[in-house]
Amino acid sequence: MPTITYIEFNGTSHSIEVENGLSVMEGAVNNNVPGIDADCGGSCACATCHVFVDDAWLAKCGTPDTQEKSMLGFAATAQENSRLACQITVTDALDGLVVRMPEAQH
Amino acid sequence: MNNEGPQAGIVIIGGGHAGGSAAAFLRQYGYKGALTLVGTEPLLPYQRPPLSKAWLKGEATAESLALRPARFYTQQNVETRLGVTATALDRAAHTVTLSDGTTLAYTKLILALGSRARPLALPGRDLGGVMELRSAADADRLQAALKPGARLAVVGGGFIGLEVTASAIALGASATVIEREARVLARVACPPLSAFVQDYHRGKGVDVRLATGVEALEGASGQVTGVRLADGGLVPCDVALIGVGALSNDALAQAAGLDCANGIVVDIAARTSDPDIYAVGDCTNRPLPMYGQMVRLESVPNAIEQAKQAAADITGRAPPMPEIPWFWSDQFDLRLQMAGLPFGATQTVLRGVPDVAGFAIFHLAPDDTVLAVEAINAPADFMAGRVLVTKQKQVAPGLLADLSSDMKTLAA
Ligand SMILES: Cc1cc2nc3c(=O)[nH]c(=O)nc-3n(C[C@H](O)[C@H](O)[C@H](O)COP(=O)(O)OP(=O)(O)OC[C@H]3O[C@@H](n4cnc5c(N)ncnc54)[C@H](O)[C@@H]3O)c2cc1C
Ligand code: FES
Repeated sequence: MPTITYIEFNGTSHSIEVENGLSVMEGAVNNNVPGIDADCGGSCACATCHVFVDDAWLAKCGTPDTQEKSMLGFAATAQENSRLACQITVTDALDGLVVRMPEAQH
Repeated sequence: MNNEGPQAGIVIIGGGHAGGSAAAFLRQYGYKGALTLVGTEPLLPYQRPPLSKAWLKGEATAESLALRPARFYTQQNVETRLGVTATALDRAAHTVTLSDGTTLAYTKLILALGSRARPLALPGRDLGGVMELRSAADADRLQAALKPGARLAVVGGGFIGLEVTASAIALGASATVIEREARVLARVACPPLSAFVQDYHRGKGVDVRLATGVEALEGASGQVTGVRLADGGLVPCDVALIGVGALSNDALAQAAGLDCANGIVVDIAARTSDPDIYAVGDCTNRPLPMYGQMVRLESVPNAIEQAKQAAADITGRAPPMPEIPWFWSDQFDLRLQMAGLPFGATQTVLRGVPDVAGFAIFHLAPDDTVLAVEAINAPADFMAGRVLVTKQKQVAPGLLADLSSDMKTLAA
Protein backbone atom coordinates (compact mmCIF):
# COMPACT_ATOMS: atom_id res chain seq x y z
CA MET A 1 0.00 0.00 0.00
CA PRO A 2 1.28 3.50 -0.80
CA THR A 3 2.51 5.50 2.18
CA ILE A 4 1.37 9.09 2.49
CA THR A 5 2.87 11.58 4.88
CA TYR A 6 0.54 14.19 6.32
CA ILE A 7 2.23 17.08 8.11
CA GLU A 8 0.09 19.12 10.49
CA PHE A 9 0.48 22.90 10.60
CA ASN A 10 2.37 22.53 13.90
CA GLY A 11 4.86 20.19 12.21
CA THR A 12 3.56 16.89 13.59
CA SER A 13 4.01 14.29 10.89
CA HIS A 14 1.87 11.21 10.26
CA SER A 15 3.05 8.55 7.79
CA ILE A 16 0.15 6.34 6.87
CA GLU A 17 -0.44 3.44 4.52
CA VAL A 18 -3.46 4.27 2.42
CA GLU A 19 -5.30 1.77 0.25
CA ASN A 20 -5.28 2.36 -3.50
CA GLY A 21 -8.52 3.92 -4.71
CA LEU A 22 -9.21 5.92 -1.58
CA SER A 23 -8.72 9.67 -1.69
CA VAL A 24 -5.91 11.43 0.12
CA MET A 25 -8.69 13.00 2.27
CA GLU A 26 -10.08 9.57 3.23
CA GLY A 27 -6.60 8.39 4.19
CA ALA A 28 -6.42 11.21 6.74
CA VAL A 29 -9.98 10.95 8.04
CA ASN A 30 -9.90 7.16 8.40
CA ASN A 31 -6.81 7.45 10.56
CA ASN A 32 -7.87 10.49 12.59
CA VAL A 33 -5.13 12.74 11.25
CA PRO A 34 -6.05 16.20 12.58
CA GLY A 35 -6.39 19.14 10.23
CA ILE A 36 -8.62 17.75 7.46
CA ASP A 37 -12.27 18.32 8.28
CA ALA A 38 -13.94 17.09 5.07
CA ASP A 39 -17.37 18.52 5.91
CA CYS A 40 -18.87 17.42 2.58
CA GLY A 41 -17.43 13.93 2.63
CA GLY A 42 -15.52 14.31 -0.61
CA SER A 43 -18.11 15.98 -2.87
CA CYS A 44 -15.84 18.92 -3.66
CA ALA A 45 -18.42 21.22 -2.04
CA CYS A 46 -16.67 22.49 1.10
CA ALA A 47 -12.93 23.06 0.62
CA THR A 48 -12.28 21.87 4.19
CA CYS A 49 -9.81 19.23 2.94
CA HIS A 50 -7.31 21.79 1.64
CA VAL A 51 -3.68 20.62 1.58
CA PHE A 52 -0.39 21.83 0.16
CA VAL A 53 1.26 19.22 -2.02
CA ASP A 54 5.05 19.03 -1.94
CA ASP A 55 6.30 20.42 -5.24
CA ALA A 56 8.00 17.18 -6.25
CA TRP A 57 4.59 15.46 -6.19
CA LEU A 58 2.37 18.13 -7.67
CA ALA A 59 2.38 16.82 -11.25
CA LYS A 60 1.80 13.21 -10.15
CA CYS A 61 -1.38 14.30 -8.36
CA GLY A 62 -3.02 15.32 -11.63
CA THR A 63 -4.70 18.58 -12.55
CA PRO A 64 -7.61 19.96 -10.54
CA ASP A 65 -10.89 20.25 -12.48
CA THR A 66 -12.77 23.57 -12.80
CA GLN A 67 -14.96 22.93 -9.76
CA GLU A 68 -11.92 22.26 -7.57
CA LYS A 69 -10.02 25.23 -9.03
CA SER A 70 -12.92 27.59 -8.31
CA MET A 71 -13.24 26.33 -4.74
CA LEU A 72 -9.49 26.54 -4.15
CA GLY A 73 -9.23 30.06 -5.50
CA PHE A 74 -10.92 31.31 -2.37
CA ALA A 75 -9.70 28.85 0.24
CA ALA A 76 -7.96 30.75 3.03
CA THR A 77 -4.18 30.73 2.46
CA ALA A 78 -4.40 29.03 -0.95
CA GLN A 79 -1.11 28.74 -2.85
CA GLU A 80 0.13 27.44 -6.19
CA ASN A 81 0.48 23.94 -4.72
CA SER A 82 -2.94 23.87 -3.05
CA ARG A 83 -5.23 20.92 -3.70
CA LEU A 84 -8.43 19.53 -2.25
CA ALA A 85 -7.36 16.21 -0.76
CA CYS A 86 -10.68 14.56 -1.61
CA GLN A 87 -9.95 15.04 -5.31
CA ILE A 88 -6.63 13.16 -5.28
CA THR A 89 -6.99 9.40 -5.69
CA VAL A 90 -4.31 7.27 -4.12
CA THR A 91 -2.39 4.98 -6.50
CA ASP A 92 0.99 3.24 -6.32
CA ALA A 93 2.41 6.24 -8.18
CA LEU A 94 1.72 8.35 -5.09
CA ASP A 95 3.76 6.12 -2.75
CA GLY A 96 5.79 8.59 -0.69
CA LEU A 97 3.49 11.59 -1.26
CA VAL A 98 3.90 14.41 1.26
CA VAL A 99 1.08 16.86 1.96
CA ARG A 100 0.96 19.70 4.47
CA MET A 101 -2.09 21.08 6.21
CA PRO A 102 -2.93 24.79 6.39
CA GLU A 103 -3.36 26.49 9.76
CA ALA A 104 -7.16 26.25 9.54
CA GLN A 105 -9.75 24.97 7.10
CA HIS A 106 -12.23 27.81 7.58
CA MET B 1 -9.37 15.88 32.31
CA ASN B 2 -8.12 14.31 35.48
CA ASN B 3 -11.26 12.50 36.67
CA GLU B 4 -11.08 9.81 34.04
CA GLY B 5 -11.43 6.56 35.93
CA PRO B 6 -11.48 3.18 34.22
CA GLN B 7 -15.11 2.62 35.20
CA ALA B 8 -16.59 5.92 33.98
CA GLY B 9 -15.45 8.19 31.17
CA ILE B 10 -17.07 10.03 28.32
CA VAL B 11 -20.29 8.61 26.96
CA ILE B 12 -21.72 9.78 23.64
CA ILE B 13 -25.39 9.06 22.99
CA GLY B 14 -26.24 8.99 19.29
CA GLY B 15 -24.04 7.47 16.60
CA GLY B 16 -24.68 9.89 13.74
CA HIS B 17 -22.45 12.50 12.13
CA ALA B 18 -22.19 14.60 15.29
CA GLY B 19 -21.63 11.72 17.71
CA GLY B 20 -19.10 10.00 15.46
CA SER B 21 -17.22 13.26 14.91
CA ALA B 22 -17.19 14.04 18.64
CA ALA B 23 -15.50 10.68 19.32
CA ALA B 24 -12.86 11.42 16.66
CA PHE B 25 -12.14 14.95 17.90
CA LEU B 26 -11.88 13.84 21.55
CA ARG B 27 -9.09 11.45 20.54
CA GLN B 28 -7.48 14.03 18.22
CA TYR B 29 -7.44 16.49 21.10
CA GLY B 30 -5.68 14.00 23.36
CA TYR B 31 -8.43 12.52 25.51
CA LYS B 32 -7.14 9.09 26.55
CA GLY B 33 -9.84 7.88 28.95
CA ALA B 34 -12.75 5.56 28.37
CA LEU B 35 -14.99 6.56 25.45
CA THR B 36 -18.29 4.86 24.64
CA LEU B 37 -20.56 5.58 21.68
CA VAL B 38 -24.17 4.40 21.99
CA GLY B 39 -26.41 4.35 18.92
CA THR B 40 -29.91 3.17 18.12
CA GLU B 41 -29.08 2.32 14.53
CA PRO B 42 -27.25 -0.95 13.86
CA LEU B 43 -24.65 0.87 11.72
CA LEU B 44 -21.47 2.67 12.69
CA PRO B 45 -21.73 6.45 12.14
CA TYR B 46 -22.41 7.19 8.47
CA GLN B 47 -23.09 10.18 6.25
CA ARG B 48 -26.72 11.01 5.55
CA PRO B 49 -26.24 13.51 2.66
CA PRO B 50 -25.65 10.75 0.06
CA LEU B 51 -28.88 8.97 1.10
CA SER B 52 -30.96 11.25 -1.11
CA LYS B 53 -28.21 11.65 -3.73
CA ALA B 54 -25.48 9.16 -4.74
CA TRP B 55 -26.65 6.34 -2.45
CA LEU B 56 -30.22 6.46 -3.73
CA LYS B 57 -28.96 6.35 -7.31
CA GLY B 58 -26.81 3.32 -6.47
CA GLU B 59 -23.61 5.30 -7.01
CA ALA B 60 -22.15 4.92 -3.51
CA THR B 61 -20.90 1.95 -1.51
CA ALA B 62 -21.40 1.13 2.15
CA GLU B 63 -17.70 1.91 2.68
CA SER B 64 -18.00 5.36 1.15
CA LEU B 65 -21.15 6.05 3.19
CA ALA B 66 -19.45 5.20 6.50
CA LEU B 67 -17.96 8.17 8.29
CA ARG B 68 -14.93 6.05 9.16
CA PRO B 69 -14.07 2.35 8.73
CA ALA B 70 -14.83 -0.17 11.50
CA ARG B 71 -11.15 -0.55 12.40
CA PHE B 72 -11.05 3.14 13.29
CA TYR B 73 -13.10 2.52 16.43
CA THR B 74 -10.81 -0.31 17.54
CA GLN B 75 -7.65 1.65 16.75
CA GLN B 76 -8.94 4.74 18.53
CA ASN B 77 -10.21 2.68 21.45
CA VAL B 78 -13.83 3.77 21.11
CA GLU B 79 -16.29 1.25 22.50
CA THR B 80 -19.41 1.13 20.32
CA ARG B 81 -22.79 -0.06 21.58
CA LEU B 82 -24.92 -0.26 18.44
CA GLY B 83 -28.58 -1.18 18.17
CA VAL B 84 -29.04 0.15 21.69
CA THR B 85 -31.09 3.19 22.73
CA ALA B 86 -30.56 5.37 25.79
CA THR B 87 -33.90 5.48 27.58
CA ALA B 88 -33.22 7.62 30.66
CA LEU B 89 -30.64 9.93 32.20
CA ASP B 90 -29.98 10.17 35.91
CA ARG B 91 -28.07 13.42 36.18
CA ALA B 92 -27.51 13.17 39.95
CA ALA B 93 -26.07 9.67 39.69
CA HIS B 94 -24.27 10.43 36.36
CA THR B 95 -25.71 7.37 34.69
CA VAL B 96 -27.57 6.52 31.48
CA THR B 97 -30.01 3.63 31.24
CA LEU B 98 -29.93 1.68 27.98
CA SER B 99 -32.63 -0.31 26.22
CA ASP B 100 -30.73 -3.56 26.79
CA GLY B 101 -31.23 -3.09 30.52
CA THR B 102 -27.65 -2.04 31.28
CA THR B 103 -26.57 1.22 32.87
CA LEU B 104 -23.54 3.30 31.86
CA ALA B 105 -21.75 5.68 34.21
CA TYR B 106 -20.29 8.88 32.77
CA THR B 107 -18.06 11.70 33.88
CA LYS B 108 -19.09 13.76 30.85
CA LEU B 109 -22.01 13.00 28.58
CA ILE B 110 -22.45 14.15 24.98
CA LEU B 111 -25.97 14.03 23.56
CA ALA B 112 -25.87 13.68 19.77
CA LEU B 113 -29.45 12.54 19.30
CA GLY B 114 -30.08 14.06 15.90
CA SER B 115 -33.50 14.77 14.46
CA ARG B 116 -36.37 12.76 13.05
CA ALA B 117 -38.68 13.34 10.12
CA ARG B 118 -41.62 15.52 11.12
CA PRO B 119 -44.67 13.28 11.13
CA LEU B 120 -47.76 14.34 9.15
CA ALA B 121 -51.03 13.45 10.79
CA LEU B 122 -52.61 12.36 7.51
CA PRO B 123 -55.20 9.64 7.07
CA GLY B 124 -53.54 6.71 5.34
CA ARG B 125 -50.02 7.44 6.49
CA ASP B 126 -49.56 3.80 7.58
CA LEU B 127 -50.18 2.45 4.07
CA GLY B 128 -47.40 0.48 2.42
CA GLY B 129 -45.31 2.66 0.12
CA VAL B 130 -45.62 5.73 2.34
CA MET B 131 -42.08 6.58 3.36
CA GLU B 132 -39.80 9.10 4.96
CA LEU B 133 -36.06 9.46 4.49
CA ARG B 134 -33.83 9.78 7.48
CA SER B 135 -31.78 6.60 7.79
CA ALA B 136 -29.88 4.21 5.54
CA ALA B 137 -32.67 1.68 6.14
CA ASP B 138 -35.20 4.24 4.87
CA ALA B 139 -33.02 4.88 1.82
CA ASP B 140 -32.79 1.19 0.98
CA ARG B 141 -36.59 0.86 1.16
CA LEU B 142 -37.03 3.92 -1.02
CA GLN B 143 -34.48 2.74 -3.55
CA ALA B 144 -36.16 -0.66 -3.83
CA ALA B 145 -39.47 1.07 -4.58
CA LEU B 146 -38.11 3.55 -7.14
CA LYS B 147 -37.98 1.13 -10.05
CA PRO B 148 -38.10 2.47 -13.61
CA GLY B 149 -41.68 3.51 -14.31
CA ALA B 150 -42.61 3.89 -10.64
CA ARG B 151 -44.65 6.97 -9.80
CA LEU B 152 -43.29 8.97 -6.87
CA ALA B 153 -45.26 11.64 -5.03
CA VAL B 154 -43.25 13.85 -2.72
CA VAL B 155 -45.10 15.77 -0.04
CA GLY B 156 -42.91 18.78 0.78
CA GLY B 157 -40.62 20.73 -1.54
CA GLY B 158 -37.62 20.98 0.78
CA PHE B 159 -34.04 19.90 0.13
CA ILE B 160 -34.59 16.22 0.84
CA GLY B 161 -37.81 16.04 -1.20
CA LEU B 162 -36.22 17.77 -4.19
CA GLU B 163 -33.04 15.70 -4.03
CA VAL B 164 -35.05 12.48 -3.92
CA THR B 165 -37.12 13.75 -6.84
CA ALA B 166 -34.00 14.34 -8.93
CA SER B 167 -32.62 10.92 -8.02
CA ALA B 168 -35.96 9.27 -8.81
CA ILE B 169 -35.95 10.79 -12.30
CA ALA B 170 -32.40 9.52 -12.78
CA LEU B 171 -33.66 6.06 -11.78
CA GLY B 172 -36.35 6.18 -14.46
CA ALA B 173 -39.28 6.90 -12.16
CA SER B 174 -41.71 9.80 -12.60
CA ALA B 175 -42.26 12.36 -9.86
CA THR B 176 -44.76 14.89 -8.54
CA VAL B 177 -43.77 17.37 -5.84
CA ILE B 178 -46.62 18.75 -3.72
CA GLU B 179 -45.71 21.90 -1.79
CA ARG B 180 -48.04 23.78 0.56
CA GLU B 181 -46.25 27.11 0.14
CA ALA B 182 -46.27 29.17 -3.03
CA ARG B 183 -42.68 28.08 -3.82
CA VAL B 184 -40.30 25.22 -3.11
CA LEU B 185 -37.51 25.67 -0.51
CA ALA B 186 -39.68 28.37 1.07
CA ARG B 187 -38.05 28.09 4.50
CA VAL B 188 -34.46 27.95 3.32
CA ALA B 189 -33.97 29.95 0.13
CA CYS B 190 -34.96 33.28 -1.34
CA PRO B 191 -37.81 33.59 -3.87
CA PRO B 192 -35.66 33.96 -7.02
CA LEU B 193 -33.67 30.84 -6.11
CA SER B 194 -36.87 28.89 -5.42
CA ALA B 195 -38.26 30.05 -8.76
CA PHE B 196 -35.19 28.85 -10.62
CA VAL B 197 -35.14 25.47 -8.86
CA GLN B 198 -38.82 24.72 -9.40
CA ASP B 199 -38.60 25.69 -13.07
CA TYR B 200 -35.55 23.49 -13.46
CA HIS B 201 -37.39 20.52 -11.97
CA ARG B 202 -40.34 21.16 -14.28
CA GLY B 203 -37.95 21.25 -17.23
CA LYS B 204 -36.78 17.78 -16.22
CA GLY B 205 -40.33 16.48 -16.32
CA VAL B 206 -41.24 16.84 -12.65
CA ASP B 207 -44.86 17.83 -11.94
CA VAL B 208 -44.44 20.60 -9.34
CA ARG B 209 -47.69 21.58 -7.57
CA LEU B 210 -47.33 24.75 -5.51
CA ALA B 211 -49.67 26.24 -2.91
CA THR B 212 -51.25 22.81 -2.72
CA GLY B 213 -52.41 21.20 0.50
CA VAL B 214 -52.65 17.49 1.12
CA GLU B 215 -55.78 15.90 2.53
CA ALA B 216 -55.01 12.18 2.77
CA LEU B 217 -53.06 9.26 1.43
CA GLU B 218 -55.29 6.83 -0.39
CA GLY B 219 -54.69 3.17 -0.93
CA ALA B 220 -55.96 -0.21 -1.97
CA SER B 221 -55.12 -3.51 -0.26
CA GLY B 222 -52.90 -1.71 2.21
CA GLN B 223 -50.72 -0.08 -0.52
CA VAL B 224 -50.70 3.62 -1.28
CA THR B 225 -52.28 4.47 -4.64
CA GLY B 226 -52.43 8.23 -4.51
CA VAL B 227 -52.25 11.51 -2.62
CA ARG B 228 -55.60 13.27 -2.21
CA LEU B 229 -55.16 17.03 -2.44
CA ALA B 230 -57.01 19.69 -0.48
CA ASP B 231 -58.55 20.95 -3.73
CA GLY B 232 -60.05 17.50 -4.30
CA GLY B 233 -57.56 16.42 -6.96
CA LEU B 234 -55.66 13.15 -6.83
CA VAL B 235 -51.99 12.51 -7.56
CA PRO B 236 -51.73 8.79 -8.36
CA CYS B 237 -48.56 7.19 -7.04
CA ASP B 238 -46.83 3.95 -6.08
CA VAL B 239 -44.54 5.60 -3.54
CA ALA B 240 -45.27 8.64 -1.37
CA LEU B 241 -42.36 10.33 0.36
CA ILE B 242 -43.21 12.63 3.25
CA GLY B 243 -40.50 15.28 3.50
CA VAL B 244 -41.86 18.12 5.57
CA GLY B 245 -38.94 18.94 7.83
CA ALA B 246 -37.42 17.47 10.95
CA LEU B 247 -37.85 17.69 14.71
CA SER B 248 -35.15 17.54 17.36
CA ASN B 249 -34.84 14.25 19.26
CA ASP B 250 -34.76 16.09 22.57
CA ALA B 251 -37.22 13.96 24.58
CA LEU B 252 -34.46 12.25 26.57
CA ALA B 253 -33.01 15.63 27.55
CA GLN B 254 -36.43 17.09 28.34
CA ALA B 255 -37.28 14.17 30.61
CA ALA B 256 -34.00 14.76 32.45
CA GLY B 257 -34.89 18.41 33.01
CA LEU B 258 -32.29 19.96 30.68
CA ASP B 259 -33.27 23.31 29.14
CA CYS B 260 -34.97 22.61 25.82
CA ALA B 261 -36.72 24.96 23.41
CA ASN B 262 -37.02 23.66 19.85
CA GLY B 263 -34.02 21.48 20.64
CA ILE B 264 -31.58 21.12 23.50
CA VAL B 265 -30.39 24.60 24.42
CA VAL B 266 -26.59 24.87 24.33
CA ASP B 267 -23.98 27.62 24.49
CA ILE B 268 -21.10 28.32 22.13
CA ALA B 269 -19.09 25.49 23.71
CA ALA B 270 -22.01 23.03 23.19
CA ARG B 271 -22.70 22.96 26.95
CA THR B 272 -26.24 22.27 28.10
CA SER B 273 -27.74 23.60 31.34
CA ASP B 274 -25.93 20.71 33.14
CA PRO B 275 -22.16 21.33 33.37
CA ASP B 276 -21.39 17.65 32.75
CA ILE B 277 -23.65 17.30 29.73
CA TYR B 278 -22.96 18.56 26.21
CA ALA B 279 -25.22 18.39 23.18
CA VAL B 280 -24.19 18.53 19.52
CA GLY B 281 -25.73 18.42 16.05
CA ASP B 282 -29.32 18.47 14.81
CA CYS B 283 -30.78 18.00 18.32
CA THR B 284 -29.50 21.36 19.59
CA ASN B 285 -30.73 24.92 19.60
CA ARG B 286 -27.49 26.88 19.48
CA PRO B 287 -26.29 30.47 19.49
CA LEU B 288 -24.89 32.04 16.35
CA PRO B 289 -22.91 34.93 17.80
CA MET B 290 -22.46 36.64 14.47
CA TYR B 291 -26.22 36.97 14.10
CA GLY B 292 -27.08 37.38 17.80
CA GLN B 293 -29.67 34.60 17.45
CA MET B 294 -30.41 31.08 18.62
CA VAL B 295 -31.03 28.65 15.77
CA ARG B 296 -31.53 24.95 15.23
CA LEU B 297 -29.38 24.01 12.26
CA GLU B 298 -29.65 20.71 10.45
CA SER B 299 -26.41 20.32 8.57
CA VAL B 300 -23.21 18.33 8.56
CA PRO B 301 -20.97 21.41 8.96
CA ASN B 302 -22.96 22.32 12.08
CA ALA B 303 -22.63 18.79 13.47
CA ILE B 304 -18.87 18.87 12.94
CA GLU B 305 -18.43 22.38 14.36
CA GLN B 306 -20.34 21.55 17.53
CA ALA B 307 -18.50 18.23 17.90
CA LYS B 308 -15.28 20.27 17.89
CA GLN B 309 -16.68 22.76 20.40
CA ALA B 310 -17.63 20.01 22.86
CA ALA B 311 -14.37 18.08 22.43
CA ALA B 312 -12.33 21.27 22.86
CA ASP B 313 -14.20 22.29 26.00
CA ILE B 314 -13.93 18.83 27.57
CA THR B 315 -10.20 18.55 26.87
CA GLY B 316 -9.45 22.13 27.92
CA ARG B 317 -8.34 23.16 24.45
CA ALA B 318 -8.91 26.59 22.93
CA PRO B 319 -12.37 26.79 21.33
CA PRO B 320 -12.48 26.31 17.55
CA MET B 321 -12.82 29.33 15.30
CA PRO B 322 -16.48 30.28 14.92
CA GLU B 323 -17.89 29.30 11.55
CA ILE B 324 -20.74 30.70 9.55
CA PRO B 325 -23.48 28.23 8.69
CA TRP B 326 -23.34 26.79 5.22
CA PHE B 327 -25.08 24.06 3.27
CA TRP B 328 -25.04 22.30 -0.06
CA SER B 329 -27.51 20.32 -2.10
CA ASP B 330 -27.25 18.41 -5.40
CA GLN B 331 -30.27 18.11 -7.71
CA PHE B 332 -29.87 16.90 -11.29
CA ASP B 333 -26.82 18.76 -12.57
CA LEU B 334 -27.39 21.64 -10.15
CA ARG B 335 -25.08 22.17 -7.21
CA LEU B 336 -26.57 24.57 -4.69
CA GLN B 337 -24.22 26.06 -2.11
CA MET B 338 -25.33 28.58 0.44
CA ALA B 339 -23.54 30.33 3.28
CA GLY B 340 -24.64 32.74 5.99
CA LEU B 341 -28.20 33.52 7.02
CA PRO B 342 -30.11 36.48 5.59
CA PHE B 343 -31.38 37.76 8.98
CA GLY B 344 -32.01 41.48 8.57
CA ALA B 345 -31.11 41.53 4.89
CA THR B 346 -32.80 44.29 2.91
CA GLN B 347 -30.98 44.02 -0.42
CA THR B 348 -30.84 41.14 -2.85
CA VAL B 349 -28.16 41.23 -5.53
CA LEU B 350 -28.09 38.89 -8.50
CA ARG B 351 -24.70 38.06 -9.97
CA GLY B 352 -25.08 36.51 -13.40
CA VAL B 353 -28.30 35.35 -14.97
CA PRO B 354 -30.35 32.50 -13.49
CA ASP B 355 -29.14 29.65 -15.66
CA VAL B 356 -27.63 26.20 -15.23
CA ALA B 357 -24.32 27.74 -16.33
CA GLY B 358 -24.13 29.32 -12.88
CA PHE B 359 -25.25 32.37 -10.92
CA ALA B 360 -25.32 33.63 -7.36
CA ILE B 361 -27.60 35.71 -5.18
CA PHE B 362 -26.16 37.85 -2.39
CA HIS B 363 -28.12 39.20 0.56
CA LEU B 364 -26.97 42.48 2.08
CA ALA B 365 -27.83 44.52 5.16
CA PRO B 366 -28.90 48.17 4.70
CA ASP B 367 -25.25 49.20 5.21
CA ASP B 368 -24.08 46.79 2.42
CA THR B 369 -22.68 44.19 4.81
CA VAL B 370 -22.82 40.83 3.03
CA LEU B 371 -24.99 38.53 5.17
CA ALA B 372 -25.57 35.51 2.96
CA VAL B 373 -24.90 34.01 -0.45
CA GLU B 374 -26.85 31.42 -2.44
CA ALA B 375 -25.07 29.98 -5.45
CA ILE B 376 -26.02 27.53 -8.15
CA ASN B 377 -23.20 25.97 -10.16
CA ALA B 378 -21.06 28.94 -9.09
CA PRO B 379 -18.51 27.55 -6.63
CA ALA B 380 -16.23 30.58 -6.86
CA ASP B 381 -19.07 32.98 -6.02
CA PHE B 382 -20.07 30.71 -3.13
CA MET B 383 -16.53 30.62 -1.76
CA ALA B 384 -16.12 34.37 -2.21
CA GLY B 385 -19.47 34.92 -0.51
CA ARG B 386 -18.44 32.70 2.38
CA VAL B 387 -15.31 34.80 2.86
CA LEU B 388 -17.30 38.06 2.61
CA VAL B 389 -19.87 36.86 5.15
CA THR B 390 -17.19 35.61 7.54
CA LYS B 391 -15.33 38.91 7.34
CA GLN B 392 -18.63 40.84 7.55
CA LYS B 393 -17.44 42.92 4.63
CA GLN B 394 -19.42 45.71 3.07
CA VAL B 395 -19.58 45.64 -0.73
CA ALA B 396 -21.54 47.99 -2.94
CA PRO B 397 -24.38 46.03 -4.60
CA GLY B 398 -23.37 47.35 -8.01
CA LEU B 399 -19.91 45.83 -7.67
CA LEU B 400 -21.29 42.42 -6.70
CA ALA B 401 -23.70 42.43 -9.62
CA ASP B 402 -21.00 43.46 -12.10
CA LEU B 403 -19.58 40.28 -13.63
CA SER B 404 -16.45 42.17 -14.60
CA SER B 405 -15.54 42.86 -10.98
CA ASP B 406 -13.05 40.36 -9.68
CA MET B 407 -14.43 38.44 -6.70
CA LYS B 408 -10.91 37.84 -5.43
CA THR B 409 -10.36 41.55 -5.08
CA LEU B 410 -13.75 42.06 -3.44
CA ALA B 411 -13.14 39.22 -0.98
CA ALA B 412 -9.56 40.18 -0.19
C1 LIG C 1 -31.56 12.47 3.25
C2 LIG C 1 -30.74 13.53 3.92
C3 LIG C 1 -29.93 14.36 3.16
C4 LIG C 1 -29.15 15.34 3.77
N1 LIG C 1 -28.34 16.13 2.99
C5 LIG C 1 -27.53 17.03 3.58
C6 LIG C 1 -26.61 17.81 2.81
O1 LIG C 1 -26.55 17.72 1.59
N2 LIG C 1 -25.78 18.67 3.46
C7 LIG C 1 -25.82 18.80 4.82
O2 LIG C 1 -25.04 19.58 5.37
N3 LIG C 1 -26.67 18.09 5.57
C8 LIG C 1 -27.53 17.21 4.99
N4 LIG C 1 -28.40 16.48 5.76
C9 LIG C 1 -28.46 16.75 7.21
C10 LIG C 1 -27.37 16.02 7.95
O3 LIG C 1 -27.31 14.68 7.56
C11 LIG C 1 -27.63 16.13 9.44
O4 LIG C 1 -27.57 17.49 9.79
C12 LIG C 1 -26.61 15.34 10.26
O5 LIG C 1 -26.75 13.98 10.01
C13 LIG C 1 -26.77 15.63 11.73
O6 LIG C 1 -25.99 14.76 12.49
P1 LIG C 1 -26.45 14.36 13.96
O7 LIG C 1 -25.42 13.41 14.44
O8 LIG C 1 -26.77 15.56 14.74
O9 LIG C 1 -27.82 13.60 13.78
P2 LIG C 1 -28.12 12.20 13.07
O10 LIG C 1 -27.20 12.02 11.92
O11 LIG C 1 -29.58 12.18 12.88
O12 LIG C 1 -27.72 11.11 14.15
C14 LIG C 1 -28.36 10.94 15.37
C15 LIG C 1 -28.26 9.47 15.74
O13 LIG C 1 -28.62 9.32 17.12
C16 LIG C 1 -29.42 8.18 17.25
N5 LIG C 1 -30.21 8.34 18.49
C17 LIG C 1 -31.24 9.19 18.72
N6 LIG C 1 -31.72 9.04 19.97
C18 LIG C 1 -30.95 8.08 20.56
C19 LIG C 1 -30.97 7.48 21.86
N7 LIG C 1 -31.82 7.87 22.80
N8 LIG C 1 -30.05 6.51 22.13
C20 LIG C 1 -29.16 6.12 21.16
N9 LIG C 1 -29.10 6.66 19.93
C21 LIG C 1 -30.00 7.63 19.63
C22 LIG C 1 -30.24 8.18 15.99
O14 LIG C 1 -30.76 6.89 15.73
C23 LIG C 1 -29.21 8.60 14.96
O15 LIG C 1 -28.50 7.48 14.46
C24 LIG C 1 -29.20 15.50 5.18
C25 LIG C 1 -30.03 14.67 5.95
C26 LIG C 1 -30.79 13.69 5.35
C27 LIG C 1 -31.67 12.80 6.18
S1 FES D 1 -14.10 17.02 1.49
FE1 FES D 1 -15.33 18.72 0.92
S2 FES D 1 -14.19 19.54 -0.72
FE2 FES D 1 -12.97 17.85 -0.14
